[in-house]
Amino acid sequence: MATAHVTIKPRNRVLAWIEERLPILSFTASHTSEYYAPKNFNVMYYFGSLALLVLVNQIITGIFLTMNYKPDAALAFASVEYIMRDVEWGWLIRYMHSTGASLFFVVVYLHMFRGLMYGSYKKPRELVWLLGMFIFLVLMAEAFMGYVLPWGNMSFWGAKVIISLFGAVPVVGDTLVQWIMGDYNPADATLNRFFALHVIALPLVLLLLVVLHLAALHEVGSNNPDGVEIKEKKGPSGRPLDGIPFHPYYTVKDLFGVGMFLLIAAFIIFFEPTVGGWFLEHDNFIPANNLVTPTHIKPVWYFTPFYAILRVIPSKLGGVIAMFSAIVLLFLVPWLDRGKVKSVRYRGRGYKLALAVFALVFVLLGAIGAGKTAEWIPELFGPAADVTLIENAFGRTLTVLYFGFFIFLWAYTYFGLEKTKPVPERVTTHD
Amino acid sequence: MANEGVNQGRRRFLTATTAVVGGVGVVAAAVPFIKSWEPSARAKSAGAPVMADIGKVESGQMVTFEWRGQPVWVVNRSKEQLAALASQDPRLKDPKSDNTEQQPDYAKNEYRSIKPEWLVLVGLCTHLGCVPDYFPELKPEPFDPAWKGGFYCPCHKSRYDMAGRVYDGVPAPANLRVPPYHFVSDTLIQIGVDPAKGAA
Repeated sequence: MATAHVTIKPRNRVLAWIEERLPILSFTASHTSEYYAPKNFNVMYYFGSLALLVLVNQIITGIFLTMNYKPDAALAFASVEYIMRDVEWGWLIRYMHSTGASLFFVVVYLHMFRGLMYGSYKKPRELVWLLGMFIFLVLMAEAFMGYVLPWGNMSFWGAKVIISLFGAVPVVGDTLVQWIMGDYNPADATLNRFFALHVIALPLVLLLLVVLHLAALHEVGSNNPDGVEIKEKKGPSGRPLDGIPFHPYYTVKDLFGVGMFLLIAAFIIFFEPTVGGWFLEHDNFIPANNLVTPTHIKPVWYFTPFYAILRVIPSKLGGVIAMFSAIVLLFLVPWLDRGKVKSVRYRGRGYKLALAVFALVFVLLGAIGAGKTAEWIPELFGPAADVTLIENAFGRTLTVLYFGFFIFLWAYTYFGLEKTKPVPERVTTHD
Repeated sequence: MANEGVNQGRRRFLTATTAVVGGVGVVAAAVPFIKSWEPSARAKSAGAPVMADIGKVESGQMVTFEWRGQPVWVVNRSKEQLAALASQDPRLKDPKSDNTEQQPDYAKNEYRSIKPEWLVLVGLCTHLGCVPDYFPELKPEPFDPAWKGGFYCPCHKSRYDMAGRVYDGVPAPANLRVPPYHFVSDTLIQIGVDPAKGAA
């Protein structure tokens, strides 16, 4: 529901003096103990607060990493090893940062999937979704540049490949690539500017976007698993009948989520920080070498679905356009989906199926991008199988299905093909 | 504040001119910041031409030199490798090297080189800039049963023949680039300088 602008009048004279000049207690109350959220949140509603937790973790561990890291092509790799071996607890701080990066994408992907499940992008929450998508975009840039900083061989070649994408731009492509790199190849200048962007420019943008995302959310209020607008049914007090104060109810619920999340994070950080090459890639334990490309060049897992789309399309410009379109289409979901029913609970069978297929396609594209299918194909079809041919056919089918989801979503709702179930007036659980 | 007697036209004019002049100022102030990202004078001077001694390169052997931080290959192509080139034409995207940006005029010929046996290429895949691997032998390879020698990119599986010409059906859009180079003597190549024009 819209933020209730409550006014707190503290009895303590000092607090009252401050409050009259800077209403900080009123502001805090308006967004916590007087902010009413639907009472039927389920497990899918943990990931927003967890994303915030990871953001705080990245900022704090990041600040401490910069105290020992050297953004210099000649020193960067050794300075990371210095942090790992010689700095007291440096290994922990770095693993918290590297694990946090991957877990950031885990919670953000689940958070986005929740939005698709319960129609959280629909009126009146289009801007919440749009701001969230901008956060996702900035987060990808932030993660990419952070990945370049250790200046391992995968850092170098990842930078090379991703920057070369801009070379597909007609006419100015090559100039643009040189402008981004500040050299003819990724070099000291590239590393140094990526460091500046990673530690200050993008985090500032990210924080601003997070504030806007939350401000927009608190103005319209949270959606819920039933997709019911709780502020349409208010009690005599003017408060939504299906709403409960965010604090203490959801702060306590989220604390439980934080506990579970930290348990998993701690296990990874202490026992398996590379996660078998998924969170930290083996080739990045070798210093950058501009003359030798790693045998299997691939981005970190969270980019692999988009990378697969780039890889299976047999045209440079076409692949780059398809890859960026795959992200741009997500921005447009609030306008592609014309359906009025929000939650998957009451939507047509077609949407349920399409969403399930979309999620599966995303994971399988990830497997292709990570080079997993290249390992599976010889086992499935025998050693003589033409891996490239099969992988391309499979990957192109998945790419068509990925884009098909958005076309289906539009056609299904625009032409009124969806058979929805009646939406209840009140939330259905936790009466 | 009293609003009587406000000249709306004049107010709009002042608002618009202030916005335009301010906007021009912002754009002009942005120029130095944008220009600061271009390769610096130091980076440009490090891109000077390099000498490549090819006196000890055996037939079929490839040697890599570094020019502007990029690998430049010099290959002493064998007779078999040269003989197989013409047979690959139907399988290639640009067999006649019609894309003039990928080689200087003096390398726009069937061998894409000044001297037939000496192939000089920038060893970066034209797809996304990875370094392809050299597969010199004319024998079936896992990625191509009809392989006649050439270069195979491990990143996205683009393939090039023994003249750096790209095969059809791979993501790379163009043939491998031939850098400016010239023969100083029979055993010495200078990379980065055209035979006639001077430094690139």
